[in-house]
Amino acid sequence: MARRQPEGPPPAPIVQRIRVQYAKRGRMRFSSHRDFARAFERSLRRAAVPMAYSAGFHPHPKISYVGAAPTGVGSEAEYLEIALAERCEPADVIAAIDAVLPDGLDMVLAVDVLDAPPGSLPDQIQASHWRLELADDPAVLVEAVAELMRHESVMVDRLTKDGKRSIDARAAIVTGIVSAGTEDQSRAIIELVVRQATPAVRPDDVLAALTSVAGFAPSQPPRATRLAQGPLSENGAVGDPLRITTVKDTGTPVSTR
Amino acid sequence: MSANKPEYQSPESLFDRLDPLLTQVSKPIQYVGGELNARSKDWDSVPVHWALMYPDAYEVGLPNQGVQILYEVLNERSDALAERTYAVWPDLEKLLREHGVPQFTVDGHRAVGAFDVLGVSFATELGYTNMLTALDLAGIPMHAADRGDEHPIVLGGGHAAFNPEPISDFIDAAVLGDGEQIVGAITEVIAAHKAAGSPGGRDELLVRLAETGGVYVPRFYDVSYVLDGPSAGQLASVRPNRDRVPERVSKHTVMDLDEWPYPKTPLVPMAESVHERMSVEIFRGCTRGCRFCQAGMITRPVRERSIEGIGKMVESGLAATGFEEVGLLSLSSADHSEIGPLAKQLADRYEESRVSLSLPSTRVDAFNIDLANEFSRNGRRSGLTFAPEGGSERLRRVINKMVSHEDLISTVTAAYSQGWRQVKLYFMCGLPTETDEDVLEIATMAQDVIRAGRTATGSRDIKATVSIGGFVPKPHTPFQWAAQAAPEVVDSRLKKLRDAINSDRSLGRNIGMRYHDGQPSLIEGLLSRGDRRVGAVIERVWRSGGRFDGWSEHFSYQRWLDAADAVLPAHGVDIGFFTTRERDADEVLPWDHLDSGLDKQWLWDDWQDALTGYEQDDCRWTPCFDCGVCPTMGTDIQVGPTGRSLLPLAAATPKR
Ligand code: SF4
Repeated sequence: MARRQPEGPPPAPIVQRIRVQYAKRGRMRFSSHRDFARAFERSLRRAAVPMAYSAGFHPHPKISYVGAAPTGVGSEAEYLEIALAERCEPADVIAAIDAVLPDGLDMVLAVDVLDAPPGSLPDQIQASHWRLELADDPAVLVEAVAELMRHESVMVDRLTKDGKRSIDARAAIVTGIVSAGTEDQSRAIIELVVRQATPAVRPDDVLAALTSVAGFAPSQPPRATRLAQGPLSENGAVGDPLRITTVKDTGTPVSTR
Repeated sequence: MSANKPEYQSPESLFDRLDPLLTQVSKPIQYVGGELNARSKDWDSVPVHWALMYPDAYEVGLPNQGVQILYEVLNERSDALAERTYAVWPDLEKLLREHGVPQFTVDGHRAVGAFDVLGVSFATELGYTNMLTALDLAGIPMHAADRGDEHPIVLGGGHAAFNPEPISDFIDAAVLGDGEQIVGAITEVIAAHKAAGSPGGRDELLVRLAETGGVYVPRFYDVSYVLDGPSAGQLASVRPNRDRVPERVSKHTVMDLDEWPYPKTPLVPMAESVHERMSVEIFRGCTRGCRFCQAGMITRPVRERSIEGIGKMVESGLAATGFEEVGLLSLSSADHSEIGPLAKQLADRYEESRVSLSLPSTRVDAFNIDLANEFSRNGRRSGLTFAPEGGSERLRRVINKMVSHEDLISTVTAAYSQGWRQVKLYFMCGLPTETDEDVLEIATMAQDVIRAGRTATGSRDIKATVSIGGFVPKPHTPFQWAAQAAPEVVDSRLKKLRDAINSDRSLGRNIGMRYHDGQPSLIEGLLSRGDRRVGAVIERVWRSGGRFDGWSEHFSYQRWLDAADAVLPAHGVDIGFFTTRERDADEVLPWDHLDSGLDKQWLWDDWQDALTGYEQDDCRWTPCFDCGVCPTMGTDIQVGPTGRSLLPLAAATPKR
């Protein structure tokens, strides 16, 4: 039996790369990264984006994702990069994709790699800015976060597919600020800036650390959102990984560090 | 909408209550809706609200064509809206109970109890316990008799609804057959009843539905049983218990599928589902006459969609979804009168794109391979499936599947020599009159397939898989009178078969064997041919924790046996009465008052022909053999060839 070889011309060459910021909002925050990736690839086909494909029997569109937010966590700042076989206006590409994606998976910004800061996209992602909303007394949280920050290192267990894994949930935290909710003063907001690490420290790891050092247990599952990820400035602010700007000074954070 | 309705009957979104629960369950995306092509209509803009349920997990339920079709048909109407609901997994069920959150729709996250109708589509009887979970979570009384005017009409549909007697305690009504038109008729009856101020309440509404002749309302029929004598325990009669209700209820048949090109915009799941493709139904019905096949019997006559109609659905469906694969569905897709030109023209049209086409067809002939070749032009010739169904030629005559050993061998030889690497063969075990020898012939067949493949390709590296399902006798088929094989019999035959396949190691190692054990089939048999007395068994299983019976990791055979033992003896019957017992010609069957169009005498004659191995031809190519369907239902075969071809597309691929 003759082995069949892939037929047809080799895949079209890559002529342009585009970096994209997207958001996972509302009910779509319950999508997993795989769910998003499937929906995104379908939207590329529906929007007829001239993607560059890999070779072989099952060609794949060339997409690379960086550090996706966990399932159940919202995000205003997720990033990916796509490779195109024809030159396109980045803004038009994401407008076309956005029109065919479910509401809540929203395209935010796109730039040509040539207009982006130098280096790879993962190089730009040095830290992540999280916001956690809890139905608990802010005063209790101020204490608990202060206690956490007094430690150098707090190890917590995370359940992964391959069993338990122990990670340091404290060392990666740059700043942790507790405030009261603007609408509901009895709710606490924690804003965290967490340095990118492997494995990435996620909001639930920080909560586990709060339980471990301060005995804090949320009365309801908190709602977490990633507000930003990108380069980390001297003063602990998270910048924009798609734009070449000096990282804007967002004011000195009232750090409990 | 009155604001003081209890929350289980309010259409307000429950999403804020669900949100904190969803962070605690696995795969939460399946509960949030908002998929591409999902609809949401304003509650107050329409008089009639449908909740459509597929009583299994989202990943199985979402791709279901029946639900997708009705969802679209209803939402296109100006007098109705439809939202979907699926079975929730036990992790969420527990949280919903703890937090007092009702069963909800994924579209608007509204309480199912707020709707006018809860339509449940049963592709299989193993979804019955999941319906009970949904009713209970919805706050809808489990027994239809306990429901009031404020509760939805619980309406069963799908193939299992051709004998809804086992669930007659739990449903208010059932419809048989194609749903496209009857859901509209039901909507109009409900809208008119509501507009008139709901005179006579729920009872009157159900009578109005029943008197159409197309909606079965179990409570309007009294069932009596034979109390003594040799047929003690059997049904004595099923009689309407009030005026305005017909003696028999008929199935629905949509004629001219081109007028019903649904789903036009198929739902695209966010979560991973069992089919990551879009489906286009190319015809409905089948008259090949396989005697075991309920789907073939109850969907007669054959009605083809035209080649242009199919082309349009493929084109617009792909544009609406971004799917990369299209399945051309039907009960035996190679039988479409213009499948040859259709396959070629579709393959031409999409050759340059990444779209792949598939044709689920298991016909054992060379033409089937030609079609498969057409759909695999780009070189993906992985596996081909053929379904001889019965191991021996004698048994294949019994089931009316006319395939000879030589047919099969020449077909697989052709497949292997044309580059197909693997052949899958489907069989059933436990068929009427079957002996060990019939089943052991599967081994001979599989070994001959390997030998033929090696000869055809000159390679020893040839693979074949044998897949075996347990046979379950179904209502409205010639085998409705047959004794179901006991699980022990099926299991022991399968074990002997395995040994026989492995007896020649040089061939056996290239043959894979897949099968299920016989126990779930027996329970499916109980639910398929059961009568109203089986309802209490289902309820008892559910109360003792039965859920997701279609999933082997959730199914408990012992739980079903225990429930049957606890419930049935009081009626003088047992599980064997419903399953392993052969029925007589004159026995009143629980579904005799439900009219599939098939003439009972014709079915009986076909059953007798089966026992003598007499084959029945297909009425598409030979004269009508008077199965009864067309005259009873006022329908006709609708087949081509039309001689037409696909309309050229403006652009074969979406615009850049
Ligand atoms: S009535 Fe005749 S033509 Fe119609 S399905 Fe039956 S056998 Fe075929």
